[in-house]
Amino acid sequence: MAKIRIAQYWGAGCGGCDVALLDIDEKVLGLAEYADIVFWPIAVDTKLKDVEAMPDGYITATLFNGAIRNSENLHVAKLLRQKSTLLISFGSCACFGGIPGLANLTTAKDILEYVYTKTPSSDQQDAKVKVYPQATTHTADGDLELPALFETVKTLDQVVDVDYYMPGCPPTVNLIGDFLTVVEKHVKEGAPLPPKGTVIASGKTLCDECKRKKTVKSIDKINDTFDTNIDPDKCMIEQGVICLGPATRAGCGAKCLNANQPCRGCMGPTAQVTDQGGSMLSALASVFKVQDKESQMNEEDILKLMQQVKDPMGTFYSYTLPKSIIKRTVRERPKKKPEVKA
Amino acid sequence: MSTTAQTQPETNTEEQWEPRIVAFCCNWCSYAGADLAGVSRLQMPTNFLVIRTMCSARVDPEFVLRAFAKGADGVLVLGCHPADCHYIGGNYRTRRRVALLRMLLEQYGFDPQRLRLEWVSASEGAKFQRTIKEFTEQIRELGPNPIQEDTEEGTDEQGR
Repeated sequence: MAKIRIAQYWGAGCGGCDVALLDIDEKVLGLAEYADIVFWPIAVDTKLKDVEAMPDGYITATLFNGAIRNSENLHVAKLLRQKSTLLISFGSCACFGGIPGLANLTTAKDILEYVYTKTPSSDQQDAKVKVYPQATTHTADGDLELPALFETVKTLDQVVDVDYYMPGCPPTVNLIGDFLTVVEKHVKEGAPLPPKGTVIASGKTLCDECKRKKTVKSIDKINDTFDTNIDPDKCMIEQGVICLGPATRAGCGAKCLNANQPCRGCMGPTAQVTDQGGSMLSALASVFKVQDKESQMNEEDILKLMQQVKDPMGTFYSYTLPKSIIKRTVRERPKKKPEVKA
Repeated sequence: MSTTAQTQPETNTEEQWEPRIVAFCCNWCSYAGADLAGVSRLQMPTNFLVIRTMCSARVDPEFVLRAFAKGADGVLVLGCHPADCHYIGGNYRTRRRVALLRMLLEQYGFDPQRLRLEWVSASEGAKFQRTIKEFTEQIRELGPNPIQEDTEEGTDEQGR
C-alpha cells in the first residue's frame, strides 16, 4: 500500500489547531502507518521551497488552519491548493475568519497605528516620525520583504477552492478522529470519500446535542456569565445567559456547556443558515417575554430592553464576521452641512 | 401589486443617484395598506420595491442584511399595529429584532436610520404614503449605501 501524504499549515491563527492535531494522542501513530507528513511548519522541517518543488497534486490532503490576513497567507494558500489533491479548511479561522476576523471591524491602518504608536508599551508614543513595518525595505545588500497586511481578513474559501470544512476552535479530537478514519478507510479499502463541500460535523444545532433541560423558553433579562450562578442542568438562555447554541452547528459534543460555560459559536452557522450572527440575533430577540402591557410599550422601551445586549457584534459574530453577509464594517459618507442661504 | 414601483435604472453618479428602498410588508395589514394607497391613487415616490411576507416576524434579520449587502439604500419593515397581529404576537418579535438589528447595523458602520419599522394597518393607505415619502427623503439625505463604495477598496487585497 502506497502511503498518502499529509500537510498542515497555519495562516492567521493561534497554533491551537496544530496542537489539536497532536491531541489525537496514540491515533497519530496509526496515522504514520498510512501517511507521511510532508509539510507542517510547527513540527516538520520542510521549507516552502521544498513545497514549491513538489509536483501539482502531490500532497493527498492539506489541513489549512488560520484565516487569510496577509500576503504570505494568501501565497501559501494558493501554493498548497495547487500542490494538494484535497484541501481542508481546518478550524474556525480558516472556515469563518475566527477571532482574527474581528479585525474587519477596523482598518489595517488603524491596527498598525494602534499597535506601533498608541499601546502603553510603545516608545513611539511621542515620536515625531513614526516608524511602521514596510512590506519592502531597500538596503545596500538588497530588498528585504515582509508580508503585507490586508485591509480585510478573508476565509480560506474566499481565496481558493476548498474541498472539506472542519470547524471548531479548535476542531475537537472526535471530529479529527472521524475524518482520519474516513481517510484511512479510503486509503486502505478504497471506501468513497464524502462529497466535496462537506462540513465534517453535524448539520443540526448545538441545542440538539445539549443535555440541558429547556422548559420556560422565555426570559425577562440578560445576565452576565461571570456574575451568574449558573445551574448546570438548566438551559443557559433560560437563565438569561447568552448562549449561541440555537444558531451554532453541533458536532463539538457541547464541551463548553458541559463545563458550565455558554456556547460562543465557534462551530459556525448550521447547514441551513449563512449568517450565524443574524440567526442568533433572531433567536435571542424572540425569547424575550411578551409583557402584559406590551401593546402600550413604545419603541424606546423596546430599545431599552434590547440594549441589555451590550455588544451585539462581539456577541453574535465572535467567530464568523468575515463569513457573514456584510463581512466588514462600512463607512457612511460625512453628513452634508445644511446650506446657508445668503 | 398596484403600488409597486418600477425598478430604478442603474445610476452611478452622485447627481443621478436615486434611493433604492426595500419594503417588507406583512400580508395582513401593511400589504393591504399599500394596496389601499395604490387604489386610492395616493402619490408617492417610486423608489421602493415591496416584498410581501406572511408576517413582519417572517423578516429574518438575514433578509435585511442581505438587502444591504446587495446595495439597498434603505429597508422598511412594515407590520400590523401592536395587539393587531394576525398571528397574535409576531409583531412583538419583529420590533425586538429590529431594535437589536439597528444596534448591529450601527456597529457595522451603517446609519441605523437606514432600517425603519412602522405599523401600517389595512385601512391606513395614507400612512403608507406618508411613511414612504418620509423614508425616501431620509434616505436621500443619508446618501447611497456605503457598502457599494466599500466593496471595491475594502475587500480587495492591499497592493494588488
